[in-house]
Amino acid sequence: MFDDIGAIVTGLYTTLKHIIRPSVTIQYPEYKRPPRYRFKGRHELKRYDNGLEKCIGCSLCAAACPADAIFVEAAENTDQARYSPGERYASVYEINMLRCIFCGFCEDACPTEAIVLENNYELSFYDRASAIYTKDMLIVDVPVNGRPTPQEVEPGMFNRSIPDMGNPR
Amino acid sequence: MSTGSIALWGLIVGFIMTFVVITGFAYTTLLERIVLARLQGRVGPNRAGYIPLPRGKDGRERRFLGGIMQPAADAVKMFFKEDPTPDKVDRLTYNLAPMLAIIPAIVILAVIPWAGKIPGLGDPSWGYFAIAPGINVGVVFILAITSIGVYGVVLAGWASNSKYAILGGVRASAQMISYELALGIIVLIPIMMVDAPNPMDLGVIVEAQRGLWFVFQQPIAAIIFYIGILAELQRAPFDLLEAEQELSAGYTVEYAGLRFGTFFVAEYMKMISLSAIAVVFFFGGYRGPFVDQVPALGFLYIFGKIVISLFVMIWIRASLPRYRYDQLMSLGWKVLLPLAVANFLVTAIFLVLAEEGVFEPIVNSLRQFFGLG
Repeated sequence: MFDDIGAIVTGLYTTLKHIIRPSVTIQYPEYKRPPRYRFKGRHELKRYDNGLEKCIGCSLCAAACPADAIFVEAAENTDQARYSPGERYASVYEINMLRCIFCGFCEDACPTEAIVLENNYELSFYDRASAIYTKDMLIVDVPVNGRPTPQEVEPGMFNRSIPDMGNPR
Repeated sequence: MSTGSIALWGLIVGFIMTFVVITGFAYTTLLERIVLARLQGRVGPNRAGYIPLPRGKDGRERRFLGGIMQPAADAVKMFFKEDPTPDKVDRLTYNLAPMLAIIPAIVILAVIPWAGKIPGLGDPSWGYFAIAPGINVGVVFILAITSIGVYGVVLAGWASNSKYAILGGVRASAQMISYELALGIIVLIPIMMVDAPNPMDLGVIVEAQRGLWFVFQQPIAAIIFYIGILAELQRAPFDLLEAEQELSAGYTVEYAGLRFGTFFVAEYMKMISLSAIAVVFFFGGYRGPFVDQVPALGFLYIFGKIVISLFVMIWIRASLPRYRYDQLMSLGWKVLLPLAVANFLVTAIFLVLAEEGVFEPIVNSLRQFFGLG
């Protein structure tokens, strides 16, 4: 019987030790844990260094999406008003964040590495209409050395839509 | 004092004490959440209201007493919840059961002595400060009122018209009355040890602990009493009936909103009341250093002892696994009740023998050995 009482006392002592130790809780808004390297958060449409958009409007991402969340409408590039290298660009690009399951299949399907899932996870909204992220919400800013799209370029310079790419890391 | 002024005293002091105890209950819930969290390695609620301090060295905002308004936030939430009544319940009993659960919890506080004699307050013939001082059957009053608390539980289960509720209600009432037996026998022990004309008056029991608290004179009785209180409250490790994986909130399963809040209040108020009773019987009540010169310190001592008792209850809840129902009943009937009866018999025999003078030679030789007068 005394070792039963001893077991109870040991249990009580084990929990009492935790009052003295600091707690493991992370106080969220004051300190945010940095996400992991391959964390799949909010989408972004990337650009090249000269300012042209990488997205060529092929809608392979929309075909790959298991939740049918992406809507792509393509339009034709001209050399006077060029948005992306190659013949097409995405004139309408919408992702419905309420349907998206953040699986990353669109990122895997994209031939130009245009749509990428970044680290932002703070994505709340107040009504369903604000859940549809349009192209201007998803596209990144023009990099320092680039020009904003639509650009006026020399004819024949950007004919190839998919660049030479290395193996994925 | 005339009857009218005694009634007025009871009314005013009772009103103030109820208000104090309800605030105490609110902060007991906060104490439970914070202490339970710290024992489990996390922090409790610390967002709901705080006192801002000047900014620290690195510009961070510093908060003092974060989470102090959490009980108010919980109360407001409980008020705004929908309060449905299921279709085929027994209306009168369904509405009456929460009242029968909470009223005994608060009424017990009427006979507890909160402080010693405060000169100038109340009738000079009263020996202590209480809402109803001078009741010379205070212990019987407490046992009777605790037994009424069982009605709230069983009627709540029965009126809910649901098989899980009635199973939970019947099991809870069986648990409560089994442990009330052991409690009833244990309270006889301090009564026997008090050598006064009205030993069942709670203030007299506290005054008799002037020399040494009863917990040091009767440790086994104090332990049995504390275990009995934990079982009476249906608190861990005896909380099979309110564990979510078991009968899914037991007898309160058909209650929601404010009525469920009433059961919740009843449980925590009973925690405070029964802790107060345990403190009065075994841990010296309002006795403490300097309480004879400054009687108002008695309030502080009894309050501190009740808080320590609540902390031990929460500590036990965080640490121990729960008992199965048959293990619980066998503990109450086969272990605690015989131990209580045996303790009672041994105490009674020793007291009679001491009165007859059987121990005089031993006590005298011990006194000579230690050189006392």
